[in-house]
Amino acid sequence: MKDINEDIKWAQINADVLRSMETPRLGYWIAVATCVAMIACAVVAEIYQYKHGMGYGLLNWPHMWDIYIATFIFWIGMSHSGTLLSAILHIIHADWRKPIYRFAEAMTTFSLMTAGLFPIIHIGRLWNMYWVLPYVTDRGIWPNFRSPLVWDAFAISTYLTSSALFLYIGMIPDLAICRDNARGWRKKLYIALSLGWRGDDRQWRNFRRTYLLMACFLIPLAVSVHSIVSSDFAMSIMPGWHVTTFPPYFVAGALYSGCAAIITLFVLLRYFFRFEEYMTIAILEKTCKLTFAIAMAWTYLNLIEFASTWYGHDVASKEVLLQKFYGPYAPFFWMMMFCGSVVPFTLAIRKFRRHIPTMFVVSLLLNLGMWLERWMIVTPTLANAYHPIAWDTMWPGMVQWAIVFGSFGWFGLLFLVFVKIFPSVSMYEVKEMVYHRRGHAGKDTEEVLHRPVEGVRATTGRPGLEGA
Amino acid sequence: MKKYRIMGLFSNFREAFRVVEDIKGGKVSGLKLDDVSTMSPIEHPEIDEVLGARPSPVPKFTLTGALFGMTFGFLFLASAQATFLVQPQGGKPVIPLPSNIVLTYEMLILFGVLFTLAGFLISARMLTKRPAIYSEKVGIDQIGIVLELDEKSYEPAKALFKSHGVLEIREEVVK
Repeated sequence: MKDINEDIKWAQINADVLRSMETPRLGYWIAVATCVAMIACAVVAEIYQYKHGMGYGLLNWPHMWDIYIATFIFWIGMSHSGTLLSAILHIIHADWRKPIYRFAEAMTTFSLMTAGLFPIIHIGRLWNMYWVLPYVTDRGIWPNFRSPLVWDAFAISTYLTSSALFLYIGMIPDLAICRDNARGWRKKLYIALSLGWRGDDRQWRNFRRTYLLMACFLIPLAVSVHSIVSSDFAMSIMPGWHVTTFPPYFVAGALYSGCAAIITLFVLLRYFFRFEEYMTIAILEKTCKLTFAIAMAWTYLNLIEFASTWYGHDVASKEVLLQKFYGPYAPFFWMMMFCGSVVPFTLAIRKFRRHIPTMFVVSLLLNLGMWLERWMIVTPTLANAYHPIAWDTMWPGMVQWAIVFGSFGWFGLLFLVFVKIFPSVSMYEVKEMVYHRRGHAGKDTEEVLHRPVEGVRATTGRPGLEGA
Repeated sequence: MKKYRIMGLFSNFREAFRVVEDIKGGKVSGLKLDDVSTMSPIEHPEIDEVLGARPSPVPKFTLTGALFGMTFGFLFLASAQATFLVQPQGGKPVIPLPSNIVLTYEMLILFGVLFTLAGFLISARMLTKRPAIYSEKVGIDQIGIVLELDEKSYEPAKALFKSHGVLEIREEVVK
């Protein structure tokens, strides 16, 4: 089965992608309204928590972090999808990534924007958030650079800046196409964003170099970001957290949840934007195989963590582990193991991989497992720390759930706005893919591609994006 | 003598590159390869073989940015930590290398990326005023060959375009 139909015409690619950005239909507005409603829930909960104190969010000793931080790690992990698909697969010349990397990159940026909200919400005193930034105050106090929490601020802001620029740079040739087809405010926006792109050889030459160099920076950066997030735990002495395998375990978990999210959005975009020509079953299969491989790496690292705790003979750590196995959080722990280590075996079966509804459900289950994983890292340790006096089982309340729920609405809203303003499939990269695939198939690369497409205006490819 | 910029639009790379080969072969007197540029919807993998190697200075910007980020990052942290001299350190070093290495690494990447972006904007001559000679068709499926030439080469160049099945010719007077 082919990754893409190599006979598709270039004008058709422009037409299909630009069509996806046209005036939204009712379904889109319903999705936007749902996301706004979810955000409203979170805002109300946050105002309530802000006015009455963190205790109303059930954050109290010993449960100082809990699901805010678990969700923070979840969103940071989700952000690794774009890096994997864009940077790693770009460097190894896996061209099947081309139709799907754009939305994965957007996911990276929006996940980071969502993740960044949680430390702010979690500290309670929102007005002091800027203390974490590295600047000297008038009292001569600087942040403690030895703290992994300050490393987080550095790493995440670097990652957000770099991944947003990576997304933007990769979009410039497509923004020029949008500029040539738009009217009204859209035209002005695309003129500004396309930076005068004309597609001449000088621009392409420097563009390629820039994209490659940024990809090279992004890979170690992504690894460092989640390693640093894992240091928030691993560098403490809390039982269950002080584990040397945490950095690779976190990175594997991040890639895993990122891949699962790519499958979810792949299915949604394919269905709603009718991208069957670009988001093909063959590409879905490859994404599933990649996810399966990462799932197995994650499972292995999980088992290593259990084994090292078990054979480490640290009584408190062992107790935390046993509490995960059969304590009050055991149902969630075993659900995590089921979703994270058993469900992915469906990805190994060809029949399931090719069945889109099954893959959609599986991808949601995988990410449920990944969210539970983060919760099971944070909460059981806080519930069973060194001092028995501090042992306390805590269940998240309405305020916490509402804020977590709202974060999904926030992410969804950002993504919905993105897909209507920016091309969610890279037009120029798909053209490259088609061009090369024709060459590999032994077909004449110069034929077919440049023929006019029925119903598509010869000059600009589309009737025009309305922006008035 | 008048100077012109003309663009021929072709339906495929093969014909467009044949024009460049003919110019290389001296079929239009007074026209050199340096006067030729292309516009295309994708970057052709063999463009360097056709136009000759034209280096990109972007990696130099990247290296400069990475070195600057590393140096500035470490010095920034160290200078901040030096203000702690008045505070008790509890036996810990004033400038702790392990944690500073982590943050210096992040600064290296951040400035590497920012300088790479600056290098791209400068080297690709982005943000410059768009010349009048441009076609939206280049963004779809046509390949443009742009020539900068004088009055003497004007007609032979147009004839060359036509001999290779040019779809459309656009031109502007440069001066």
